[in-house]
Amino acid sequence: MNRLTYRKFVSNVMLTLTGVCTLVTVSALFLILGYLVYNGGKSINWNFLTKLPLPPGEVGGGMANAIVGSVVMIALASLIGLPFGFFGGIYLAEFGGKGFSFAVRYMADLLNGVPSIVIGVFAWTVVVVPMGGFSAIAGAFALALILIPITLRSTEQFLGEVPRSLREAALALGAPKWKVVATVVVPAALPAILTGMILGVARIAGEAAPLLFTAFGNAFWATGINQPTASLPLIIYTHAISAYDDWHQQAWAAGLLLLGGVLFTNLAARWIMSRSISGHKG
Amino acid sequence: MTSSAITAGTAKRTRSFWSRLRTGDEVAHLVTFIFAASVLLVTLLLLFGLWRNSLPSQAKFGWHFLSSTDWDPVAGDFGALPFIYGTILTSVLALLISVPLGVGAAIFLAELAPPKLANACAFMVELLAAVPSVIYGLMAIFTVVPLLRVYGEPFLKRTLGFLPLFQGPMLGVGFLAAGLVLSIMIVPYIIAISRESLMAVPRDQREAALSLGATRWESTYQVVVPYARLGIAGSIFLGLARALGETMAVTMVIGNDPAIRASLFSAGYTIAAVLANEFSEATGKIYQSSLVELALVLFLITIVVNAIARLLVIATARKGTAHAA
Amino acid sequence: MKTSIALAGILLAGTSIVSAQSINAAGATFPYPIYSKWFEEFRQAHPSIEINYQSIGSGGGIQQLTAGTVDFGASDMPMKDAQIAALKIKPLHFPTVLGGLVPTYNIPGVSQDLKFTPETLSAIYLGKITKWNDPQLVKDNAGAKLPASDIVVVHRSDGSGTTFVFTDYLSKVSPQWKSQVGANTSVKWPVGTGQKGNEGVAGMVKQTPGAIGYVELIYAVQTHLNYGLMRNSAGVFLKADFNSVTAAAAGAAKDMPSDFRVSITNAPGKTAYPISSFTWMLIPSDIPNAAKRKAIVEFLQWMLTTGQKDCAGLGYAPLPKEVVAKEMKQMAMIK
Repeated sequence: MNRLTYRKFVSNVMLTLTGVCTLVTVSALFLILGYLVYNGGKSINWNFLTKLPLPPGEVGGGMANAIVGSVVMIALASLIGLPFGFFGGIYLAEFGGKGFSFAVRYMADLLNGVPSIVIGVFAWTVVVVPMGGFSAIAGAFALALILIPITLRSTEQFLGEVPRSLREAALALGAPKWKVVATVVVPAALPAILTGMILGVARIAGEAAPLLFTAFGNAFWATGINQPTASLPLIIYTHAISAYDDWHQQAWAAGLLLLGGVLFTNLAARWIMSRSISGHKG
Repeated sequence: MTSSAITAGTAKRTRSFWSRLRTGDEVAHLVTFIFAASVLLVTLLLLFGLWRNSLPSQAKFGWHFLSSTDWDPVAGDFGALPFIYGTILTSVLALLISVPLGVGAAIFLAELAPPKLANACAFMVELLAAVPSVIYGLMAIFTVVPLLRVYGEPFLKRTLGFLPLFQGPMLGVGFLAAGLVLSIMIVPYIIAISRESLMAVPRDQREAALSLGATRWESTYQVVVPYARLGIAGSIFLGLARALGETMAVTMVIGNDPAIRASLFSAGYTIAAVLANEFSEATGKIYQSSLVELALVLFLITIVVNAIARLLVIATARKGTAHAA
Repeated sequence: MKTSIALAGILLAGTSIVSAQSINAAGATFPYPIYSKWFEEFRQAHPSIEINYQSIGSGGGIQQLTAGTVDFGASDMPMKDAQIAALKIKPLHFPTVLGGLVPTYNIPGVSQDLKFTPETLSAIYLGKITKWNDPQLVKDNAGAKLPASDIVVVHRSDGSGTTFVFTDYLSKVSPQWKSQVGANTSVKWPVGTGQKGNEGVAGMVKQTPGAIGYVELIYAVQTHLNYGLMRNSAGVFLKADFNSVTAAAAGAAKDMPSDFRVSITNAPGKTAYPISSFTWMLIPSDIPNAAKRKAIVEFLQWMLTTGQKDCAGLGYAPLPKEVVAKEMKQMAMIK
């Protein structure tokens, strides 16, 4: 064939291949979802959602304590982490001096890059050992450390995107700076900031590594947030690597529950974002 | 009005600290400053903690720690090399698979796909990035590992078995399984950032190439992609940084054997995996300290990789604004 | 503002809903099936006491006890003198059950029970025997169609008392093992891949054709894995079961040291299973919290009497009477 036909052929082949690459990647998502729904769906029943785990080999136990434990730790971690990220982000965007802001930003990026297992090690040394025990608090602390840099950077970014004209108009009307920030700038960026927060929370909901040496796990209901607690990601881990078929079933079900929650949260966050954008267009 | 830090102490300030605090601005400044400073402090504390807790093993082994292949809790002899090897090998393997896959998909989404399809696919790729690591591990144990053991590895052994990479017992778990799982985990990052970089390439570049008689592929591959290479490189380093620190999925499929072997079929270990497995039971100062030193090594590697990624992203942004002018 | 107060209120309320005395423990996976059954049964009998046990391995049990993060630990390896010295509060060893370690394997086409000798087992784990149809294995197992495939050696990746029992046995029967590897909860394995916990080893053997691993008897039984016979010091090939494991402890029962730290691997006797072991709960001798101390002592009493009845059903052997009597006396030492 002549040179041009050959080149056109190569072009078509390569471009088809890129489509194949996309297909492979996207189908991975559906594969994961499909597997979880198929394997986990048959194990999610009322028992699973409400009962405590039973000793290995005995069928019929559930993961109620892991579900509640996860919710409690995520709530605690958000309670600790979101304010630090939010107000820290406000400082960087609105009040910060050049050198100090650079230092904070750099450290936040550093913290963001720390592997979550190392954060778990750190939490063990500064919370678990001094407290004399594993606890939901320690787990929440580790999760908060992951949440803070994510929230900080996204808050700063979205506040920065609020147009200067908005601030200047408010200042021109005589409002003090803090009032401008609180009543004009933050509300303008709020949907985006909220989206960032929700995505951050969804991220920490799935983390297991930081909980290995902090929340530790509990066969029963945790009797307080200063006690060890079960959690969905950890239980998926311990049950998946075990040898009991019954535990494997439960791992799939827990996986479905966890992924369902995470994906739903992601979708909700994006819906908020898209609504706010279309709202602004009006 | 400049809001300088409380401690700045410009000569012109005559009011006392407490009276200044009565104005809303100074309160807001102080409060947000405290939050920001705490973030700074906690990170410094983390770094300091890692350094201090690794001192005993640093004192005992020195630089030899990085080159030793011993991991002997009985004799108290520890070395980081098998873990560094495993961490780097699995991450490189993951990149080898995910970069062609990811850049290919990014090209499709940026250049070829109609906007609705491209946005839908991009959205699904983002969801893939949100899947937790344990879920990847769960999937891998029951799908990737058996498939590798029964079909994948025998096939590779039959066809490429003359290479030392594909020899030895076929367990299913090992470097290959870990590399495969990691590649799916980092491909969304590569796609998302590469796609953005490609879309940022000005139209006239493509049109110039096409008007010179290039085929669609040639215009993409020889003009657009090189133009976006900084951003694509940034995405690769970002994916690498993510792969290096990945714990749960890797520890479930890597085989947990601190050994350096050429074969991809063999079991190995990464720094993150050994921390997950052995930290809660490391008795004795040297054992614990060695693990913390491993954590420090991993942290330093990820800092460097992240820094390179960020530099590349900044360079892309600068290039973009330069051309937009 | 109101919502955050409400949230805090709910959390605090949640913390006082369950007012049970909570005890946290961690350690060996070897006895986890019976411990979890015990703690569940004990909770039914005493609803106000919850003992949360996490099976993270004997090494983990010792380490967390040392770090002071759990109320008591559990281990299949008696604590070494150096480990005891590292604890501010001296730990008391309370044997709980007897168990046997079995070599479990997954060889497609071989459903019968294979015979292992000290020599073949140590050679496999040293990496000297690499294929299932090795002449030494074939000699001991006439009639089994051993394939020419690779032996996939599986061991523990975590700090394990089960590993200690196994390596302690190998050190006693193989001078090369003793000098090259030694006995501990975590060793430098010449060959093999590691998995976490007895559960992980059993899981990997189950899923990998050609694999061999060492697990506590109940794990092989519950996961329907084949396990082999071991030749004991008297030359008899035995399977681990109630009688053979009990026989292994017979000698130790009479000569039990006062701190209960003893190894019964390779015990003498025609009916003694060679890889048997006690497993211990490590209780601090000084528990300041009165409620916790009372709860733990109550559990120990229950365990030494009612609890022992669960052993047979789960493949463990109960403690000899003499040992139980001695332990009752040791309980008085918990302050």
